[in-house]
Amino acid sequence: MPKEETEEYLEAMLDLTKGGTPVKTSALAERLELAPASVTQAIQRLARDGLVGYEPYKGATLTVKGHEAASRVKRKHRLLEVFLTRVLRMAPRKAHAEACRMEHALSDETEEALCRNLRGPQSCPDGAPIPPCNLDVESCADCMSARGPSGKRDGRPAVPLTTLHPGNVSRVVFVRGGRSVVKRLCDLGLTPGTPVSLLRSAPMNGPVEVRSRGCNLALGRGIADKIYVDAIGGAP
Amino acid sequence: MSCHGELPEQKPGCDDELVVALVGNANVGKSAIFNQLTGLEQDIGNWPGKTVEKAEGVLLHHGERIRIIDLPGTYSLMARSEDERITRDFLLAGKADVIVNVVDATALERNLFLTVQLLGIGTPVVISLNLVDVARKRGILVDYARLQKAMQTKVIPTVAVQGAGVHELVDAALKVRGRPRLTTPASLRYGPEIEKRIDKLSSLLSTMKTRQPARWLAIKLLEGDRRLMRKLARRDARLPDAVKILSDECSALHQEPCSTVIASERYALVGRVASEAQDFVSDKGQKNADRLDSVSMHPVWGYVLMLAIMLTILTFISIVGGWVATAIERAFESVNPHAPEWWAQLAWNGGVVGLYAALGVALGFLLPFYIILSILENSGYLPRIAFLMDRPCHAVGLHGKASVPLITAFGCNVPACLGCRIIENKRDRLIATFLSTLVPCSARTAVILGIVGTFMGPLWAISLYLIDFAIIIGLGRLLHRFMKGASVGIIMEIPPFRWPIPRLVAKQAWARFRPFLETAVPLIVLGSLAIEGLRQAHALDEITSWMSPVTVVWLGLPAFTGVLFLLGILRKEAAVVLLASMAGTVNIPAVMTPVQMFVFSLVIMLYIPCIATISGLGKETGWRIAGLITAAEIGLALLVGGIAFRLLAPLL
Repeated sequence: MPKEETEEYLEAMLDLTKGGTPVKTSALAERLELAPASVTQAIQRLARDGLVGYEPYKGATLTVKGHEAASRVKRKHRLLEVFLTRVLRMAPRKAHAEACRMEHALSDETEEALCRNLRGPQSCPDGAPIPPCNLDVESCADCMSARGPSGKRDGRPAVPLTTLHPGNVSRVVFVRGGRSVVKRLCDLGLTPGTPVSLLRSAPMNGPVEVRSRGCNLALGRGIADKIYVDAIGGAP
Repeated sequence: MSCHGELPEQKPGCDDELVVALVGNANVGKSAIFNQLTGLEQDIGNWPGKTVEKAEGVLLHHGERIRIIDLPGTYSLMARSEDERITRDFLLAGKADVIVNVVDATALERNLFLTVQLLGIGTPVVISLNLVDVARKRGILVDYARLQKAMQTKVIPTVAVQGAGVHELVDAALKVRGRPRLTTPASLRYGPEIEKRIDKLSSLLSTMKTRQPARWLAIKLLEGDRRLMRKLARRDARLPDAVKILSDECSALHQEPCSTVIASERYALVGRVASEAQDFVSDKGQKNADRLDSVSMHPVWGYVLMLAIMLTILTFISIVGGWVATAIERAFESVNPHAPEWWAQLAWNGGVVGLYAALGVALGFLLPFYIILSILENSGYLPRIAFLMDRPCHAVGLHGKASVPLITAFGCNVPACLGCRIIENKRDRLIATFLSTLVPCSARTAVILGIVGTFMGPLWAISLYLIDFAIIIGLGRLLHRFMKGASVGIIMEIPPFRWPIPRLVAKQAWARFRPFLETAVPLIVLGSLAIEGLRQAHALDEITSWMSPVTVVWLGLPAFTGVLFLLGILRKEAAVVLLASMAGTVNIPAVMTPVQMFVFSLVIMLYIPCIATISGLGKETGWRIAGLITAAEIGLALLVGGIAFRLLAPLL
């Protein structure tokens, strides 16, 4: 299966995955504008490569490896969007289409250079968050001031806290966001390495309730999205 | 209690008196301890951010005068909201002789995070390990002796709401006065790479004469305390660079900002202390609490429950209020002598009618409302509402935390204005304060239910509420659009539910109700006497006639309402009570059409915050903004009232 096609599938899976529930092949087919039969075939191939877990009739979920690859493409896509609109001043719609094609050819090295030169943008022009890089840094400021690209975080990728299943326990990897928010969260005990579990989410992208160090906290969605935790669950 | 007996005259700033500050996380029982010690009535509740201003009281303990200060709750000494700043400034100014750190035994780790910061500040500290009863029930046993040893500070177990342990606490505070701890025990030291940098910085700082120990200042500077840095940099210009180098080294080692590194380290060490000092014997309590929350915060049932609670409260108060008000009126009218003399008319129509109408509103509407609000506050339901309402609040550019002061505004707008201090960001705080002055408070509820609810039916009363909510939402959206800055989002602790303690609920409701009896009732009786006197002197018409372009022409109301609008500025419930004496009858429909009752209540609801709220607003936002808000609300009320009159007149 060509790299480009694989990446398109993974990206679509990432968009359609909500809290670890399997993605139906029919939904994928609709999204990619492809025939359901060929989607099923493709998914089976991806499952053989260990990128997705697939159960007939239930749907497919991204594995940890798949999630990492998908986030990477998504990140490249959104960084390119920022570059095309902000630096080259292209229209957002056009930029999206261009980024869709360019993302597959972008090397990791260029991606990191892009991130540094754009000063670590956190969201793309339409406001969607850019997945974090898997470099072992706390924040983009760190990445830019201290060091060049360094070793990758070994093991599991970091995912936003909001993608956890209710009831799952994970650990905080890093927290992004404004200075005062990060410090407030630290004061309340959400320091890197702290076990944290998602208790529930309010409907319509409302706040989430998490438990950490024996206390329950309500966190706005925008804040919780920037707390990255070890990926668990939804991955075989 | 024997110790607080009769207080001698207060002489603030007495040299020989001991100043004890109560400091701790939000919602751990500081105000409860304060009440036990001073015999005063600080409001207590089960939600973080209730105390937003410091309260003071004096205690006589074994012949010693002790001034107790109740400070707003804080999670660290890095103030991030208005109420936390009060605590920080008080402590940094060195105004306390002893700090009593109130610690919640059910969340030891997070509470000790603050304790560690307090221990080095240079003021002696005593730990009050509070809520030990709740902790025991939830299966958490804390070994005080171990905790005491690790923290190297006296630890006193307390159950504040019952007063257990508070005397021992004062004894301990007296013992440690004037003996700040200057060394840091090994159990409370950070990692060597951080300690090395703390040492370097403190040796630089120790040459300055500072109120706080150099080590404490060094840690705060490494944590990035900008206010402290600005202050100290004035005395040594090299400081900012030194701090920057050291904290950069620190963040390079850990690849996190230095403040995060120190917070992590501090949490790691208090985690060690906490896990050694506590035993978890069961998690049954936790499981039950979780089950309760899975309903109260459920994405569907949570909202259904919330609406049901709100509607029940409104219906209940409306029924009880109507019933009580009628019963009181009947009781009084049954002894009406109907004497024809002018002075008897004045005394009865002015004095007695005013009195029983005021009592009817007070006992029928206000008292039940305050009781219910106290129950809600003490149970811990308010933070759940904040959680549920966070998303809807975004529509008006706020986050869920604002819904807590907005809910307390249903009781009274004044504490709500002050309560908005828990909102961290200035713009959000201003919007929330503005909106809270439009929330139908208990006085407005008395007007709405007493006039429209009683004579037109509950549906019309509810429609008035809906109009008010629509205005709040619309105005919120408008402010959100035109005021710069963005809302950060909610970060709020959700405390466990607690059974409200009837004694506390009763005390609290009474404490809020008493000022009404003491100030508003006499005021209403006086107003009522004045109106009756003016009527008998045939002078009312003059006053009402110059307001008639607004009242009669624009709003379509009877001319006599003009006086009521003036009196309503003092207290809104006065308007409904005095309506009876203006009209000369309690049977309002005899003198007003349904449209007039509706428009009257609508305008009273919106037209101006009462005088107490205006002064509260002035205090929080400054007089210029308070004036602007008041003017805006008068304009709004006239606009909406005029439109409602023109829309409803052909319909009803």
